[in-house]
Amino acid sequence: MYKELTCIVCPMGCTLSIELDGKDIVSVTGNTCPRGKVYAENECTNPKRTVTSTMRCTDGTLVSVKTDDVIPKDKIFDCMKIINSSVAQIPVSIGDVLIENVFGANVVATQNKGV
Amino acid sequence: MKDLVIIGGGPAGMSAAVAAYKSGVKNILIIERDEHLGGILMQCIHNGFGLHKFGEELTGPEYAWKYEKQVKELGISVKLNTMVLDITEDKIITATNSVDGVFQIKAKAIILAMGCRERSKGALNIAGSRPAGIFSAGTAQKFVNMKGYMPGKNVVILGSGDIGLIMARRMTQEGAKVHAVCELMPYSGGLARNIQQCLKDFDIPLKLSHTVVEIHGRERLSGVTIAKVDENRKPIEETKEYIECDTLLLSVGLIPENELSKSANIELSPVTGGAVVDQDRQTSVNGIFACGNVLHVHDLVDFVSEEAETAGVASAEYINGNLEQNACIDIKTDGKIRYTVPQKITAKKDVTVYFRVSDVYKNTTINVLADGGKIISKKKIKLAPGEMESISIKKELLENVKALELGLEV
Amino acid sequence: MYDVAIIGAGVVGGMIARTLSAYKLNICVLEKENDVAMGATKANSAIVHAGFDAKEGSLKALLNVQGSKMMQNVCAELGVKYKQNGSLVIGFNEDDKKAINELFERGNTNGVEGLEILEKARIKELEPNISDNVLCALYAPTGAIVCPYELTIAAIGNAMDNGVELKCNFDVTKINKIDNGYEIASENEKISAKTVINCTGIFSDEIAKLVQDNSFKVNPRRGEYILLDKECGNLVSHTIFRTPTKMGKGILISPTVDGNLLLGPTSVDIEDKEDKSTTGQGFASIIKEANENVNGIALNKTITSFCGLRATGDTGDFIINSPKKGFINVAGIESPGLSASPAIAQYILDMLSRQGTELIKNESFNPKRAPMHAFREASIEEKNEIIKREPSYGKIVCRCEHVTEGEILAAIRTNPKARDLDGVKRRTRAQMGRCQGGFCGPYIVELLAREQNIPFESVTKFGKSSYINTGKTKGDA
Repeated sequence: MYKELTCIVCPMGCTLSIELDGKDIVSVTGNTCPRGKVYAENECTNPKRTVTSTMRCTDGTLVSVKTDDVIPKDKIFDCMKIINSSVAQIPVSIGDVLIENVFGANVVATQNKGV
Repeated sequence: MKDLVIIGGGPAGMSAAVAAYKSGVKNILIIERDEHLGGILMQCIHNGFGLHKFGEELTGPEYAWKYEKQVKELGISVKLNTMVLDITEDKIITATNSVDGVFQIKAKAIILAMGCRERSKGALNIAGSRPAGIFSAGTAQKFVNMKGYMPGKNVVILGSGDIGLIMARRMTQEGAKVHAVCELMPYSGGLARNIQQCLKDFDIPLKLSHTVVEIHGRERLSGVTIAKVDENRKPIEETKEYIECDTLLLSVGLIPENELSKSANIELSPVTGGAVVDQDRQTSVNGIFACGNVLHVHDLVDFVSEEAETAGVASAEYINGNLEQNACIDIKTDGKIRYTVPQKITAKKDVTVYFRVSDVYKNTTINVLADGGKIISKKKIKLAPGEMESISIKKELLENVKALELGLEV
Repeated sequence: MYDVAIIGAGVVGGMIARTLSAYKLNICVLEKENDVAMGATKANSAIVHAGFDAKEGSLKALLNVQGSKMMQNVCAELGVKYKQNGSLVIGFNEDDKKAINELFERGNTNGVEGLEILEKARIKELEPNISDNVLCALYAPTGAIVCPYELTIAAIGNAMDNGVELKCNFDVTKINKIDNGYEIASENEKISAKTVINCTGIFSDEIAKLVQDNSFKVNPRRGEYILLDKECGNLVSHTIFRTPTKMGKGILISPTVDGNLLLGPTSVDIEDKEDKSTTGQGFASIIKEANENVNGIALNKTITSFCGLRATGDTGDFIINSPKKGFINVAGIESPGLSASPAIAQYILDMLSRQGTELIKNESFNPKRAPMHAFREASIEEKNEIIKREPSYGKIVCRCEHVTEGEILAAIRTNPKARDLDGVKRRTRAQMGRCQGGFCGPYIVELLAREQNIPFESVTKFGKSSYINTGKTKGDA
């Protein structure tokens, strides 16, 4: 069986062809770089995504945040729930961990606030 | 009197400032209309920026910070909350803010880095009522990411530009239901990866060759009628379909914001909507440069920064009196290639020509002709209007050349 | 108890309120929308007609010519932009020529000054972009342009400054005769007044029915318009009409006082008084006819398109009467209603006097209102004086039209106060430019919320349920 995917690792957006034997990957073609192959393999077994959002700060404003690693794709909405019910203590600097270990990643600030 | 005034403190303006400073121009002023540097990047909280430039995937604010930090460390002066009202060919800038009032500054050189704006709903002439609930995608992005408010709960998006795709995901994440993204053209205007990670990931249908033909609702939007369009982009009556929704987001194109360029009588390209420039991004007015989305709309901020560096370095050369001008070569296109930037070459040095195509082309060859003779050929599997391409030309190939033409062999 | 209740805050109600505010009367204006000038006043051709169009001897003819002569002075007092740009009715064939001659005669009978019939060469001299097929034209130098909602906002603001009360969101559902006047009620409010003046545009027949006056009917007639960017504002300098035919007056091409170019209106009778939809056919017919009349219309510079509903009465003339003592209809005020509005107000004043309303001059009446566009037109030195006193005038909020925060705050704070996004737009032009509020909209929402002390999500586009946001993305801190 063949499966087609658009690689999301970089803006090139390569079209990947994956040859599958049941659940096992036989080959990946169409990728320009090795990261495409890794992406294809993950996508077929355990798709993962980085989540970016905003978080409420103690002063009422918002700070932009992201997960510092990819998390399982089916946990995006659970991750959003955790972010939306948390509050960041001002001041915040880029890279500060705001919530630890959310589905295997930390939620970190992507913006300075009150520094 | 300033050596260099940069209008706009977004990615283009900051990158140009840093490059000019490092080329020896210290007396620089950045004028920014917003209350922060970074421009529109500050509301682009998603990731995907910087892979090309920094080798890592950054969010918009993180990418902006890389430059803001440098601007601060170098001590480059910045006026925030300041709007430039007018510039002249003599490089006199009139601006206003609440501290200085309306004031004028003379500059030796100016870099235009005002960015672009979204095509608005008015320009579309969609039939129907005029209720609340119709936003450009960028306005919705500002409400959600900067103000923390939801513009609506049931959304249809017209246009598949990247901001529209990004907002489809963002609104979905924050609890809205995005019913469809309609794209007039038979192909998407956004990046392929965004179709995957913003639409397919969330089962949002992308309806190609579809448009919104009627708006419904008196006070707040209550729905839209969409329809498939034929090859002439005319709606097909029988395909009309009503979608109940309270929000319509428009992502139907970006327009370089060149009102100031007009006030300085700078020659503009009718195709890009930005200035006509040479390899140094110098406009038709000597000493006025343009870079970033005010020049032509880029897909990636990385290329904006790169272009701005070119303009920044060249502005320093201009100020120091050593900007090379030893050629006069126009770059023409064949129609399949919609435009190039630069549009002309005025100095014989290695040049990278950026361009966009006017349709989707598969298995093509890009040819560069010098006075009719082929000097470069480059094969491409796929070209799409949504993705900017580039081709580099070595200076040796420009000797004795009068005109260049970029064409596609399909 | 009020002496006078005016129902409807359009240009007619506004001009009447202002005229009456020069007398010692206790006046209230009732408006069903969240702002003034929300009906036909908001969306029409913005023309002060010279007065050659209306049938000899009609109220329309009389009040148009009078009103047109009063308009310049009224605008000067109210600080409203007015430009006597003159108008041209252009003809392409012998039938048109005949019709133009008739208009010329009618105009002279109506008392219009300065009318001339022009031949092609002279027309092309005045307007080089007019179609080469033009044969002749009626030239009316007294034709002018004005912004109808600016005029109305100023008239009501001036009336309020002179003591008139404005009640918005007062949708009249009942009018009961009481001893010395009428009791007027909405779903949740009640007032009473000795005299009621019905200026409710397309709804005036329904309001009349509330006092059992079934003598006339008003039909909504759709008029669609296309507005082009200021870059196109110089394409023509006069207002260009097509020669009227049996099919109607056709569409006009006109600069606006703000420098845009206006095309329209279509003319379609419809049933639904709330249906302000634009249509594909409408756009197509405007574009076709505009291109026949004038060369070089850049439709790709369209800023917006909109639709207004004219209040077309069933008598062919304005319907100004008093079916019951103390109740006055000012109905069927379609074109040339804007032009006639100052004269209509005077006419109503005379009616009131005849009906026995005691008119004592209000000694403190001030006919002047500070112009809304004063800052925009000030010199750099004057601007800097203002910014020194009030720094918010240094901050540009609307980058397309260069509108400052100070001007927006003034619009929210000055009578009649802007209460929603569209209200700010009509008073300041913020959100009216190329980006149509894409950049400044969110900030103006913030200003409206702060100034009115209401939550961000309660700010609307134009009142009622025209909300902008549905709620917060996340909980509070």
